Amino acid sequence: MIKTFPKGGIHPQDHKLSATSEVVPLALPEVVTLPVSQHIGVPATVIVKPGDVVRTGQVIAESAEFISASIHSPVSGVVVRTDDFVEPSGLRRTAVLIRREGDDWVEEVDRSPELVESFSMSPMEIRSRIARSGIVGLGGATFPAQVKLAFDPRKKVEVLIINAVECEPFLTCDHRLMLEKGPEILTGIRILMHALQVERAVVGIEENKPDAIAHLRALAAPGPGIQIQPLHMKYPQGSEKQLIKAITGREVPSMKLPIEVGAVVFNVATVFAVYEAVQKNKPLVDRVITVTGPEVARPGNFLVRIGTPISALIEAVGGMPRDTAKVIAGGPMMGKAVKRLDAPVTKGTSGLLLLPERLSYREEASPCVRCGRCVSVCVMGLEPYLLAALTNKQMFERAEGEGIVDCVECGSCQWTCPSHRPLLDFIRLGKVTVNKRIRARAAKI
Amino acid sequence: MTLILYSVLVLVSLGLLSAVVLYWVSRKFYVFEDPRIDQVAGLLPGANCGGCGYAGCRAFAETLVKREDMGTLFCPVGGNAVMLTVAQALGREQAPQEPKVAVVRCSGSFEHRPRTSVYDGTRSCAVLHLLYVGETDCPYGCLGCGDCVTACAFGALRMDPQTGLPVVDEDRCTACGACVKACPREIIELRRRGPKNRRVFVSCVNKDKGGIARKYCSVACTGCSQCVRVCAFDAITVSRHLAYIDPDKCRLCRKCAPVCPTNAILETNFPPRAVTQ
Repeated sequence: MIKTFPKGGIHPQDHKLSATSEVVPLALPEVVTLPVSQHIGVPATVIVKPGDVVRTGQVIAESAEFISASIHSPVSGVVVRTDDFVEPSGLRRTAVLIRREGDDWVEEVDRSPELVESFSMSPMEIRSRIARSGIVGLGGATFPAQVKLAFDPRKKVEVLIINAVECEPFLTCDHRLMLEKGPEILTGIRILMHALQVERAVVGIEENKPDAIAHLRALAAPGPGIQIQPLHMKYPQGSEKQLIKAITGREVPSMKLPIEVGAVVFNVATVFAVYEAVQKNKPLVDRVITVTGPEVARPGNFLVRIGTPISALIEAVGGMPRDTAKVIAGGPMMGKAVKRLDAPVTKGTSGLLLLPERLSYREEASPCVRCGRCVSVCVMGLEPYLLAALTNKQMFERAEGEGIVDCVECGSCQWTCPSHRPLLDFIRLGKVTVNKRIRARAAKI
Repeated sequence: MTLILYSVLVLVSLGLLSAVVLYWVSRKFYVFEDPRIDQVAGLLPGANCGGCGYAGCRAFAETLVKREDMGTLFCPVGGNAVMLTVAQALGREQAPQEPKVAVVRCSGSFEHRPRTSVYDGTRSCAVLHLLYVGETDCPYGCLGCGDCVTACAFGALRMDPQTGLPVVDEDRCTACGACVKACPREIIELRRRGPKNRRVFVSCVNKDKGGIARKYCSVACTGCSQCVRVCAFDAITVSRHLAYIDPDKCRLCRKCAPVCPTNAILETNFPPRAVTQ
């Protein structure tokens, strides 16, 4: 049976232009810039100094904090300096600049391409290996992976959910990874099942990827426990709460984690990174990124070292089409426009979307016509028009009561609004302000 | 006939009963309110801008009456004149405070700070500030969407289309501080008006290193400290590559502005300088 989440959602055209392009390793960059904060949580502390010679896979920044992730050098070379470097948003943040000299890996990493299926590590060992490998959620949220494995022991995990939905239009990196690294991904799922001590895993895939569904089904068939679940195409199915609802029928309570309903969710690319970390001892130094766009000459999927400048990826697809007006990091729905092309790709970059002039600008907003479409598409059952108005009028107390913090920022309301009202712009601002107020209140008590 | 009589009797008795109940309730639940609160509230400007730090003019009046002394309580809209009449009405002493005015500490006009991207989202600085660095490359400077203009209840701010920066109308500005709160980049500062409205201040809040700041803005403070060297009154301090002129120490000698290599120090309402040959 094909499932989906019941409330709201939209159906944008999927534009999977690069679905048939095999993943190609991108030429190694001459320099890499590695921001110390590529994850949610505490930024890592740099442990190398200018002039240090580093090898590929060596730790260059780490943190003792619980919610944080180490950063490893994605190339071998010389540390130039640690300084404030420009990020895709145009802001400057602490980053390490490394000039590449060859590609000399640390010895511990097994670089052979053979599939290793058997593993003997204990759940604790798996968790510490994942923590040491700097793995974060590669779907875009960049939540440190080991934290999801370290939950309150009184709570019981019933199901491991693998997010292979890829509901964002244009992106195909997870799709290609499933086709090309199927056995590795299934081994990764078994590792995570062992780490969580859970008997059941469900891989959620949208039905626009029938080849991936068939491929993983054939691979998973012999063993018990892993179920491949096709899902109807609907955005935002890749949102954690919506995926859990679609697969288990359970609803994650407001301000709570999926563990409350017995579920733990990992993105399929994260699962592959876990496989590489546990079986090959390879830290997270590269990831698959889709580079695409309606006018792009050769849209494709690339295996890219973290820290590679965005411009290098654009070169790889045949350069920027002539009338490109906007480059988006991520998908068209939730991605953010890139301000500077010399900024690096980070662990959370799943795609680059090059948009021509005609698709780059917003339509002019007109007054709300009270059609209620935003309310009917909201997957969290909120009233976007109201939340936006309350934020605009600075009525944050009421916005909090209306559940503004539950917004998943999927942008469905703004996408569907016939008056092109900037609903999410205001809701996001209101959410940040309300969250600040909640924190201030908590600090006072 | 009897019908009319009955109706009149019932209504009259109802009216009398209600009058008694109302009288009793009004005595039983009487709340004493200091009559001075109404008096003081009447003296205040009634702008309800919140510039005093209280919810509105009436809340401010309540506080004024409740407190024993005037303390640091001040109505920026009414200024010294209003505060003096309030103090007289309450029979207290009020030391005049120096009037203030909002100053915009960013000079990054279109000409000095080129736009490197186009923002077509909501025209709101608060929203833009959450999203990215802004249309220019300066992460500290004015975003140009005019949240301060919207926040001003006195019409004292407007956006200059030539420069893309807000301009303060000094005659209208009451220094209520609404714009200071509205600016997500904390560019606007309340400074004392100064004698004859003359002020000297650093018109920049950029904390980037000088070399980086100069790349995207030709009038950014680079923290070079040349102004610190010429200042005879120790009024200027530099921290995180940014100079700040302490209005309490500055004697308006005008020595700092000419030595600033980026013209980041502004002088307002001074007569033009004599040209030295």
